[in-house]
Amino acid sequence: MCLPGCSGRHYWFSGASEEAQSIETLAWILFAGAGVIWLIVMALAFFAMRSSGRSNTEKSARRMILWGGFAFPTVVLAALLGTGLLTLKSIVAERSDLTLEVEGEQWWWRVGYPGGVVTANEVRLPRGRTAEILLTADDVIHSFWAPALGGKIDMIPGRENRLTLTPTTVGNWGGLCAEYCGGAHAQMRFNVIVMEPDAFDAWLEDEAAPAQPESGPGLEAFLGEGCGACHTIRGTEAQGLVGPDLTHFGARTSLGAGILALDRDTLRHWITHTDTLKPGVKMPAYPDIPTEELEDMIDYLLSLT
Amino acid sequence: MSWTDDLAPPAPYDKARDEAQRSRLLDVWREPTGWRRFSAVNNSIVGRWYLLTSFAFFVFAGVLALLMRSQLAVPENDLLSMDFYNQAFTMHGTVMMFLFAVPIFEAVAIMVLPEILGARDLPFPRLSAFGYWCFLIGGVFVCGSIFFDAAPDGGWFMYPPLSSDPKQTGIGTDIWLLGLSFIEVASIAAAIELIIGVLKCRPPGMRLNLMPLYCWYVLVVGGMILFAFPPLIAGDLLLEMERAFGWVFFDVDKGGDPLLWQHLFWIFGHPEVYIIFLPSIALIATILPTFARHPMVGHSLVVLSAVGIAFLSFGLWVHHMFTTGLPNISLSFFSAASEAVAIPTGVQIFCFLATLMLGRFVPSIPMLFASGALAIFVFGGLTGVMVALVPFDWQAHDSYFIVAHLHYTLIGGMLFPLLAGIYYWYPFATSKMLSDRLGKWAFWLMFGGFNTAFLPMHWTGILGMPRRVWTYSLEDGWGLLNMVSTAGAFIMAAGFAVLAWDVLRPKGKQPLAARNPWNAGTMEWSGEVPDMPWGIRSIPVISTRYPLWQQDGLLGQVDRGEWFLPDAKEGKRELMVTDILDARPMFVQRVPGPTYKTLLCALLLGGVFIFATYHWWVPTALSGIGFVAALIWWLWTGTGLIPEKDSKDCSRGLHLPLYASGSRAVGWWAMFIMMIGDMTAFFGLVFAYMFFWTVHESFPPVGTVPPDALYLLLGLALCLGAWALVNTACVWNRNGRREAARTLLLIAPIVGLTGVAAMGWACLASDLNPTRHAYDATCWVLILWLAGHIAAGALMLPYCAARSWAGHLTPFHDADLRNVTLYWHFMAVTALITYLLLGIFPLVSGGTA
Repeated sequence: MCLPGCSGRHYWFSGASEEAQSIETLAWILFAGAGVIWLIVMALAFFAMRSSGRSNTEKSARRMILWGGFAFPTVVLAALLGTGLLTLKSIVAERSDLTLEVEGEQWWWRVGYPGGVVTANEVRLPRGRTAEILLTADDVIHSFWAPALGGKIDMIPGRENRLTLTPTTVGNWGGLCAEYCGGAHAQMRFNVIVMEPDAFDAWLEDEAAPAQPESGPGLEAFLGEGCGACHTIRGTEAQGLVGPDLTHFGARTSLGAGILALDRDTLRHWITHTDTLKPGVKMPAYPDIPTEELEDMIDYLLSLT
Repeated sequence: MSWTDDLAPPAPYDKARDEAQRSRLLDVWREPTGWRRFSAVNNSIVGRWYLLTSFAFFVFAGVLALLMRSQLAVPENDLLSMDFYNQAFTMHGTVMMFLFAVPIFEAVAIMVLPEILGARDLPFPRLSAFGYWCFLIGGVFVCGSIFFDAAPDGGWFMYPPLSSDPKQTGIGTDIWLLGLSFIEVASIAAAIELIIGVLKCRPPGMRLNLMPLYCWYVLVVGGMILFAFPPLIAGDLLLEMERAFGWVFFDVDKGGDPLLWQHLFWIFGHPEVYIIFLPSIALIATILPTFARHPMVGHSLVVLSAVGIAFLSFGLWVHHMFTTGLPNISLSFFSAASEAVAIPTGVQIFCFLATLMLGRFVPSIPMLFASGALAIFVFGGLTGVMVALVPFDWQAHDSYFIVAHLHYTLIGGMLFPLLAGIYYWYPFATSKMLSDRLGKWAFWLMFGGFNTAFLPMHWTGILGMPRRVWTYSLEDGWGLLNMVSTAGAFIMAAGFAVLAWDVLRPKGKQPLAARNPWNAGTMEWSGEVPDMPWGIRSIPVISTRYPLWQQDGLLGQVDRGEWFLPDAKEGKRELMVTDILDARPMFVQRVPGPTYKTLLCALLLGGVFIFATYHWWVPTALSGIGFVAALIWWLWTGTGLIPEKDSKDCSRGLHLPLYASGSRAVGWWAMFIMMIGDMTAFFGLVFAYMFFWTVHESFPPVGTVPPDALYLLLGLALCLGAWALVNTACVWNRNGRREAARTLLLIAPIVGLTGVAAMGWACLASDLNPTRHAYDATCWVLILWLAGHIAAGALMLPYCAARSWAGHLTPFHDADLRNVTLYWHFMAVTALITYLLLGIFPLVSGGTA
């Protein structure tokens, strides 16, 4: 996908949303200003050491302290503070076109859309509409961060936080947990897929439908191994709420909370040796499922599009 | 200074007298050798131990950093396991902050402060030694855990609910909470010692405005420790009570709130940054005038800036919580405060530059490190201005940009100045010089390595790499930058290896350094070469800021014993105590010499904390009892001693008393300062109560009956009654009614303990159960705090009665009783506030009465 050195899917300055663009503008002002100030201070220090002992007066030294150490920073900092606060105001939208609920879990993401649609580890957003994302957690503190689209907000048990994003660029962006949340924190990722509004509406409609197909040997195997105790597949007996909803699992792009590309071999490895792919993961490994049953189950899961 | 006009001229020099005095001083101040060395308490020895131990912890945490950098060098690496990595980054932060950065300040200050002040020692040498042993035991306990795969792994910030739930994090968290609380005891002990050292042990004549900048910084930082560490101790107490006994403080299902910890932690944690930073700036402020050959320009501006930073630093903590979803109005306020702290910092830096400009700059290794510090720190300060802006912080927070930023500030603002200080003061401590050539090697390896490691990290953060991840994938695109950072880290480590070699290499054949080799102006360079254990030959009157530059012939007068206390005729270690503002001589303080009691006390107190970690309650209780017994032994035999005569001749016609009590005595000030810290911890608990009140619609919650009003009031009355009895006892003792005073001292503890029992009963009667709801737990923890303090106070009273009975406490020699009375003043306030919160607050806060 991306070679080392190129900007990647988590680049702050991808410009993938209005919010990220506002922060980027602020950031470049800060970087440029900081660079200039650093050079000036270094030049002054050099000059001070070089000119040591030459015709400098106490008065000129005091003037330098007053202007350089007090007046200049006061003015610059006040201006920056104003700019920062204006930017803050501009990136927190009061109104929104769409509301999502994202709950942080150890170590994955439960994503809810209007109309009772629940998915996992994948946040789909329509381009050009302002989405309000309500952030919660039940176990420990997590933090929702999709750097290409903007800043992060923590997900704290007992609270509901709010983040607004207005995507401007269609694409598959990276997201991750930014607050250390125990064991597998490093592998708690998600994808943010920005879609054209029409495509998004169609996708949401599909997603609202129950699972297709609703029966078969793969489902039998799934239920027989007890997977339904943790996972929901809407339209079937599997109604567990502990792990990710798998109703449209086959339509997702990744596995294991954004860390693996979803394909047949990876899925098999995931089911049989879960914690070798993601140490600390709460899902137990199932190394002893009979091969035939396992293949049926994989067929079934991948068919849930 | 009128009193100096009355001084007699010095006696003519007499070689025989000089030698006799020197030999008596040497006898008194000589340090124990061999195994008995461990009983030493003198500041230069304890300071040296402190310094070496902190550096050992630094190396430990540095090795952890190298391991982490090796793991991150390439994507999808499996050098370290996830579990080990999580322990490693938790320990790296914890050890660097708690076992290196703060203790090293105390180490340097303990070593240098008395000498800079022209004093012989700090006022409480045994307290320094006790603090050191606590630090060593606690530090080894915390660090050692990693070898048993039991190290804390919840991050150095220990956020609940991850840390509050024993199912989420194991014994490591308890080790962190209890081990660090133990070490904080040492930090606070050192802070008390240093504050009083600066305020009361200055040489005669050194008014506050003549005090060297270093001492100002020590005073400011000591004060900050006093107000910053206690909230963390309060937080530790709450967190450990939740972990060990299920008391509810952070569990949202039962009315707790995880954000309470974040507030308490960062009320400590942000000042902590400046507690680390200011002492290092103090080193620059001391070193720079020496090599500029010019007094600091804007001396008072530098002092004001340091004080300003200290105040501001307590108003910035929320900038660590910008992403927690606080209202924009709070974010704006704390953003402004965070920006503002750059102004006093800027003033200090420009004062330094102005001094260089006016002086005649002499290049040297210490100045090389100081210049490197400036380059790095200014960079880190500028990124600090960035992250103080909320929108930028929303991107940067918890990313590698912050890792880069904080290392630029801490390494530029703390480590490089410290290294400058090591090169500068090495000859002061050992009478040998470090190598210039190796110094340059060390500097360039460290400076180059540091920037190679941390400059790219800003960009790694901008590419979206979060902190505290043990692995990342190839597709993330962070591999190259991480490889560069890892290489830089190892280059930097090589620089430290060069430094370590230079410091530790045998220097037997190397000639002794010249006396005052850098030609500095401050008093610590008045020491003879080779160094003598007495600190200073005779204690001079100081009338300038840079006495060695500005007071002609001072060294000769000091050496010939022409100033005060040139002798130790009574065979006691003696310091001169002066008043706070004008440094007029007040009395001669005798300080105790070598002892093992401090080590014994530290071991037993360590036992309390360590056994409690494993919930071994019987050994915990035994250690506790042993600690109290050892402490009483230490105090009984070492403090409040009645001198054999009332006053002594300090030479030059200056006669000073040998005893002081009440607010003249250093012990009274120590009690006062300790209790200020204690009250701050108590206010941490009060903060918890008020915080819960703000986050709940009704606090106490609907259906909960607040503690029984009648019993509470009775309890308060009894506690105040005990306080009144103690006061009366103090007055009666002073008036000579010793028998009656003793009786009161035996009744007061019973009254006080009954009082706190009544308050506890008030909670029981209302059926408050600390495992049910945060309200119940908060009420109980306040009662518990009061009970513990009243119990300690209750022990002090029979102690005083026994001292009186044994003849160690008389109407005139009443320092013990005066100090205990002061303690009880604070108890009265604590009891009153507890009563108001538990008894009155529910009536006015709209809770269910």
